[in-house]
Amino acid sequence: MALLEVKDLQVRVEDREILHGLSLTVNPGEVHAIMGPNGSGKSTLSHVIAGKPGYEVTGGQILFRGEDLLEMAPDERAAKGVFLAFQYPVEIPGVATMNFLRTALNAQRKARGESEYSTPDFLKKVREVSKSLNIPQDMLKRGVNVGFSGGEKKRNEILQMALFEPSLCILDEMDSGLDIDALRIAADGVNALRSPERAMVVITHYQRLLNYIVPDFVHVMAKGSVVKTGGKELALELEGSGYAQFEHAA
Amino acid sequence: MNLVLSKTDSGRAVSNVFVKANGRLPGAGSVADIRARAFEAYKRAGLPHRRIEEWKYTDLRVLMHHVLPLAPQPDAAALARARAAVAQAAVEKRAVEGAAKLVLVDGVFSPNLSDIAELGQSVNVRTLREVLDDPANEGRGDLLLTTTTDAVISLNAAMVTDGVVITVTDGTELCRPIQIVHVATTSSASSFTRSHLRLGKGVQAAVVESFVAVEGARNHQANDAVIVSVGEAANLDHLHVMVGGADATNISSGFFVLEASAKLKLFSMNCGGAVSRYQAFITLAGEGSELSANGINLVRDKQHGDTTLIVDHVVPHCTSRANFRAAVDDRGHSVFQGRIIVRPDAQKTDGRMMTRALLLSDEAEADNKPELDICADDVTCGHGAASGALDEALLFYLRARGLSEKEAQALLIQAFLGEAIEEIADRTLREFAILQAERWLGARG
Repeated sequence: MALLEVKDLQVRVEDREILHGLSLTVNPGEVHAIMGPNGSGKSTLSHVIAGKPGYEVTGGQILFRGEDLLEMAPDERAAKGVFLAFQYPVEIPGVATMNFLRTALNAQRKARGESEYSTPDFLKKVREVSKSLNIPQDMLKRGVNVGFSGGEKKRNEILQMALFEPSLCILDEMDSGLDIDALRIAADGVNALRSPERAMVVITHYQRLLNYIVPDFVHVMAKGSVVKTGGKELALELEGSGYAQFEHAA
Repeated sequence: MNLVLSKTDSGRAVSNVFVKANGRLPGAGSVADIRARAFEAYKRAGLPHRRIEEWKYTDLRVLMHHVLPLAPQPDAAALARARAAVAQAAVEKRAVEGAAKLVLVDGVFSPNLSDIAELGQSVNVRTLREVLDDPANEGRGDLLLTTTTDAVISLNAAMVTDGVVITVTDGTELCRPIQIVHVATTSSASSFTRSHLRLGKGVQAAVVESFVAVEGARNHQANDAVIVSVGEAANLDHLHVMVGGADATNISSGFFVLEASAKLKLFSMNCGGAVSRYQAFITLAGEGSELSANGINLVRDKQHGDTTLIVDHVVPHCTSRANFRAAVDDRGHSVFQGRIIVRPDAQKTDGRMMTRALLLSDEAEADNKPELDICADDVTCGHGAASGALDEALLFYLRARGLSEKEAQALLIQAFLGEAIEEIADRTLREFAILQAERWLGARG
C-alpha cells in the first residue's frame, strides 16, 4: 500500500484556489523532491498534509496508509507518523525545549497506545541525536527556538524528526536561510534518517539541496499542480533551464 | 451624587449589620469612636461603584449588591470543620509546604489551629483583638487607621473582628514562610479582618495570605486588610492567594511601606472566587528601596478578578517593577489597574509597569489600565498593556508535534503565566504558585 496518496487535491484560501487537482503518490522508502517557483503551491501542499487551519479543501483526497488524513486533527496526523519540518520554525518563549520535546513525544506515544518514555531513556536518546546534529546541550534548556540562529532552528526540526521517528517527513524549504555548512549538517541529519520504511517529501526552490539529499523522484509544480515528474536528473535540468517553461505551459 | 446613591436598601441593610455586630467588636473608648467614624465615612460613600474612578471596572453595587451579616463567632463545630479544611488543604497541596500557619476562622484568630510556637523567639504574634482591647496601649487605635479614604477600607476599620499583629525583631532570618490562612465556615455571611506585619531592620521573611472556604460554606464575603512595614534593608517575599470558594467575594487591601534599601517582592495570585479585588498600596519611603510586584489573575465562568496596584515613589533612587498577567476564559472578567506615582522629590526613580491579558474565549473581557503620575523631571518610567488571544501559529506548531488542542493551549498559557510566576524569589512559594496555576489549567474543560 502507498504511504501517501494525494488524489486530485483542490484547495482554496479565502476566495483563491491555490491547488487545482494535484496528485502525488509516495511509497515507503522513497524520497520525493517537489520543486517549483514561488507561489506554485508547494508550501500550501505541505500545510494541508499537516493540517494547518485556514485552508479549505474543495475537492480530492489525501490518504495516509489508506486512511483519510483530512478527517484527522493535526495532532492525530502527527501520532500516525506525519512530520512537517517547518520552513520558519516558530519561537515559543517560556516553553523549555526539553520539556516541549518530552511532552510532544509522550503525547504521540500515548495517542498510539504506547508507553511513555522513561526519563533516562528519553535523556539518552536526546543526547545521542543532539550530538550527531551538533546541537549543544544548553540550547535544549532554552525556550523552543528562542534566540536560535536559522541553522539552529532547522537542526532543531531535524532533532524532532529523529526523536519522533515519523514514517513520512515533509521538509518545507529546509535550505532557506542556511549557509553551506549549516545546510550540510542539516542534510546529513536527514540522510541519517533515510530508511526503507520512511519516506520523505523535500520541498525546495533550489536544486542545491538535492546535491545533499538525493531524491528518487522530482516533481515540478507550477500554478497549483504537478506539471512534470522525473528522476533526480530533472532537478539538474531545471537548474539550467529555470521554471519559466512550466509557468507558461501550466 | 454619592449621597443619593447610598440611600438604597443596601445602605440601610449595612447599618443594621454594624449595629448588630457592635457588641462583638473589640476595643472600647477611643477605638469605638474610631470605628464609629469609619462607619460614618463608609455610610456616606456606600459600596464603591462605577462612578468612583478607582472602582470603575469593579462596581460592587452590581457585583456584591450588599454587605452580608457578620459571621457568628465560630463554635466548636465550626472550628472542627475549619481544622479539617486546613488539614485537607495541606493534603491537596493548597497550603504552602512547611509554612507556619496563623489561622483565622470566620474572622477570629484560632490559636489551636495555628503554629505560633514554631515561629521562635524573634517573632512576636498577638491578635488584633487583644491589642485593641488593651487600654494600656495608647496607640492601639492607630491599628485601624490608614491613609486612604476608600470606602471598603473604612468598612473594614468599622467592622474588623480580629487579625494578627506580627513583629519580627531586627536581623531575623525566618527559616520558614508564615502563612495567614483565612477559613470561612458559614454561608451567606461576611468577615472583616486586619493584620499588621512589622519587619525590623535586615529581616528576611516570606509571608503568604490565603483564603479558603470549608465544603458547603457558600456565598461568603471577606474583607481583609494587611498593613506591612518593611524595615531598613529588610527583604520580604509576600504572596496573596485567592483560591477557594467559587461563589465567594474577596476584597483584600495591602499597605506596604518600604524603608531605605528594603526589598519587597509582592505576588498576587487569584484563581478562585466569584468576585475578587486585590488592591495593594506600596510606598517607597526610603532611598534605595526596591519593589517587584507581579501577579496572575485566572478567571473563568462568570468570575470577576481585579488587581489594583498603586506604587508611590516618595523619595529618590527607588526602583519598581510590575508585571501582571491574566488568563480569561468563558465569560470571565479581568481587571488590572496600576499607577506609578512619582512625587516631586523622587528624582532618579526607575519605574516600570506591564500588564498583559490572554483572552481564551470570545466572551472573555479584560480591562488593563496602567498609568503614570509623574511630578519629578529626572526619572525613567514606562508602562504598557496588551491583550489578545493565543498565537495561532504557535498553536499549530505544537499540534503538528502531537499535542492536542487543550495540551497545546495549556502549554502556551503556562509559558505566558510562567514569566510572572518566575519572579517569586522564594522557591517554596514559587512552586506553590506553579501548582495552583497548573491546577487551574488542568480544570479547563
